[in-house]
Parts: sequence; C-alpha cells; structure tokens
Amino acid sequence: MFWRPCGEHAALLDCDSLAQMTAARATVEAAGVDGIIELVPGARSLLVVAAPGSTALTAVRRLLDDADLTHPPAGSPREVTLEVRYDGEDLELVARAAGVSVPEVIALHTGAEYTVAFTGFAPGFGYLTGLPSPLRQPRLESPRTKVPAGAVGIGGEFTGVYPRESPGGWRLLGHTGATLFDPSAERPALFAPGDRVRFRSV
Amino acid sequence: MRALEIVRTGPFALVQDLGRPGYAHLGVPPSGALDTEALRLGNRLVGNPEGAAGIEALLGGLTVTATAPCTVAVTGPLVSVEVDGRDTGSHAAVSLKAAQTLAVGTPDRGLRCYLAVSGGIAVAPVLGSRSRDVLSGIGPEPLEPGAMVPLGPVTGVPAGADVVVAPTPPERLVVPVVLGPRDDWFTDVAAGLARWWTVTPESNRVGLRLDGEPLTRVNAGELPSEGLLTGAIQVPPSGRPVVFLADHPTTGGYPVAAVVRRSSLSALAQARPGTSVRFQPS
Repeated sequence: MFWRPCGEHAALLDCDSLAQMTAARATVEAAGVDGIIELVPGARSLLVVAAPGSTALTAVRRLLDDADLTHPPAGSPREVTLEVRYDGEDLELVARAAGVSVPEVIALHTGAEYTVAFTGFAPGFGYLTGLPSPLRQPRLESPRTKVPAGAVGIGGEFTGVYPRESPGGWRLLGHTGATLFDPSAERPALFAPGDRVRFRSV
Repeated sequence: MRALEIVRTGPFALVQDLGRPGYAHLGVPPSGALDTEALRLGNRLVGNPEGAAGIEALLGGLTVTATAPCTVAVTGPLVSVEVDGRDTGSHAAVSLKAAQTLAVGTPDRGLRCYLAVSGGIAVAPVLGSRSRDVLSGIGPEPLEPGAMVPLGPVTGVPAGADVVVAPTPPERLVVPVVLGPRDDWFTDVAAGLARWWTVTPESNRVGLRLDGEPLTRVNAGELPSEGLLTGAIQVPPSGRPVVFLADHPTTGGYPVAAVVRRSSLSALAQARPGTSVRFQPS
C-alpha cells in the first residue's frame, strides 16, 4: 500500500487488495478528519480530495501509517435487503457458464451477503463484492444500448443494480422495484460504500 | 415574483453555481460553473455571495427580460451586452428596470459567458446545489425560451469596480500539471504531455477531448476502477487524453497521467475547439 500524487489537493492510496482499501476507507471515515472534500473508494484504491489550504492529506497519511488495517473499525454498516424478480435475460447464459441450473444461480445470488465496495458509472450505482465464484463471469461481448432501471446484473467480481435506464454490459439476472437513487431523499443513494446488501427472490 | 424571462438562448444555457462537491462516493459528480473565476467575479459585481447561481451560456447568445428591477453583470470572455438596444458592455454591473431586456452577443474568443443577477437564480437546489450536471441529468433542466427563472432576495450591494479587464482566452494555452497518479503507465509521459494537443469539438462539460500524437503505454494492463477528480488527464486506449471538467464521472478504469493545477481550470473552460494546449509538469 502506498500513496500516489493526484494534483495539488488530493492523493491516491494504491492498495494491495479490495479488503485493504475497504479497511483504509473505514478507518478514515471513522476518524472524521477535517478538511476532506471527497473520499472516493475504487476497486484497489482510495482517493482523498482535500480542501485547498487544509492539512487533511497529512492527517490521513499519519492516521493510516499508524492504523492496524487487519482490524479496521467495524462501524455500524447499514443492511439493505432488495427484493428481486429473477427473470433476467441472461439467466440461462449465466447458468450455462457456471455449469449449474437456473434455480441454482438464484440460490447462489440470494445466498451471499454483499458489501458496497465503491460506486460510479451513474449516481447510486454500487459495485457490490462478495459474489460467489461460479457467478464471476465476463461482461457481455456487446453491451446492450438500453438496460432498464432496477436491472440486477453481474460483471466480473461484482454484482449491482442499474439505478436508471442506461447502456450496460453486465449479464442480467433479474430486476428490483427499489429506488436506487433519489436526489431529493434524505439519503439520496440506497447504496453507500460499506453498506451490506442481500437479495431476496420474490 | 422577481424573475428573469428567458427570451432566447444560444446553443446551451444552464443554471450553475459552485456545484455539489461531497457526493462523489455516491457516484454524483461535483458539477458547477466551469469558469468559476468568471462566475465569482460576476457575483461580486452585482453584490451577491460568490457562490450564488447564475447562467452559464455557451457561446453567449442569451436574451432575458427582467420582471422587476435588478443588477446584472456578464463575465467570461469579452462580449457585447445591450440593454434595450443600448450598448452597456460586459464585465460591469448594469441596472435593469422592470421589463427591460438584456441581450448578450457571441464572444469572438472563448466559449462560456456568465450572467450574474442580484439575488441569484433561486430555482430549487438538488443535493445542495442549483447546478445542472449534464452527465447525470441532476439539477435544473437546460434553459429554454419562455422559461421564467426565479430570483432570490438581494443580500448585498454591487461591488462598484470602475473597470474590470476582461480576460482574453488565448489560442495557445500552456497548462501546469502535477504528474501522476499513473504517470508510470506511459513512456516518457512528461515529453508526451508537453507536445501541442488540439481541443476537439467532442469536448463538453464532462471533459476536454484532445487530439494529437497519441501517448504510448508501457504495458497493456487493465486498471481497476479508481476515483477521478476535476482536472484529471485520463488516457483511454486511443492514447488521446481527456481532461475532466466539473461533470466528470466519479470513477474510471483508464489511467490518469497527470492532474491540472486548479488555477488553470478556468482557462480550460474557455478553450474552444481548435485551441492548442500543452501541459507543463511542475
């Protein structure tokens, strides 16, 4: 784990693993360091953007130098359960690729607990880790131009839900009626980094 | 109601303030005026707090009618400004009476004109900001003729500067950058960035897309998605860099070779397609 420069007022923590990034993010968040404008997790990195003139970057560096990242602060992660209708267009494809039946794909996807690792792509889109290995599958060879809002998909080591209609290349398992992003809500995004997520078949 | 009626717009007129930083971890871009210096100056001229919302008018072309007396100022590049057909000039506070019409011309240089109005534009904020984010579709819709734009209460007095010199956007721009975080992914990146690049017409509020002799990668590895910030110079597989502006995606999977120093972001916001840009590591 080491720091990379990222302009005058930011630094990028290059992590060895997703687990290490998650621990570093939880540590910084729990410490509530003054002067941080953005704390943006990535798949193997953590971007810290500080207010110009603040000492936040130095404080975060010092904090993480001294932290035991094998025992990060547990915090109190929010738990979210999403009801999913497993009728996705790629269920059969996913089952074939995993060498299992469609009901087994659903059992695998609903049987795991996921963690929101990082976000991006669109407001409210979370990259969820914890996907059982048979479901870790490549993206579609040609992305769809239109994936409906609420579509539940898998891509590489992640699963996730499309917050709104958009193009997308993930294999689709089903859909949920939940609202993933509402800028006028008190919690605008259903998924924030660190949240625990489960899917329930309905 | 104190309001401005939009009579005419140029190609694209958006409400902008200083954006909504602090939500990148939820996938929400910072957004906000691209030329923040111009918006701040306009607000000072009309007696607003610097972060009040104004109108960012791409290539000017904006005509508005006041429903009540107000003070306005047009900033950004030098541009013609008329009130009921009388030339008043940009970069100065101008008093509008009720029913008077202000017309902003098209600048000869630069891209984005800013209209500041006493009291600020008072459309409902979204996530703490009135800025339109073109990537996410958050914030007030682009302005159309016929729209009535509400104004907030006046809180200060105009700054009363006698002369403010309008900046002249240059045809060649030298931009200081800090190398990294992924400069080690490229062959001789400092020399590559220091070549002349050309701003292409595909540029928008998300980023400036540049054309030129492509940067070459040390290896063909894939980068796991990581956080992005305004000013990041990301290099997609084509080797032609994109300089991210305020409506940038919050994470991305291509390496960022360098990050522009903040003091140059306003100049980049005014760089028309065809402008030559080179980056100077410092």
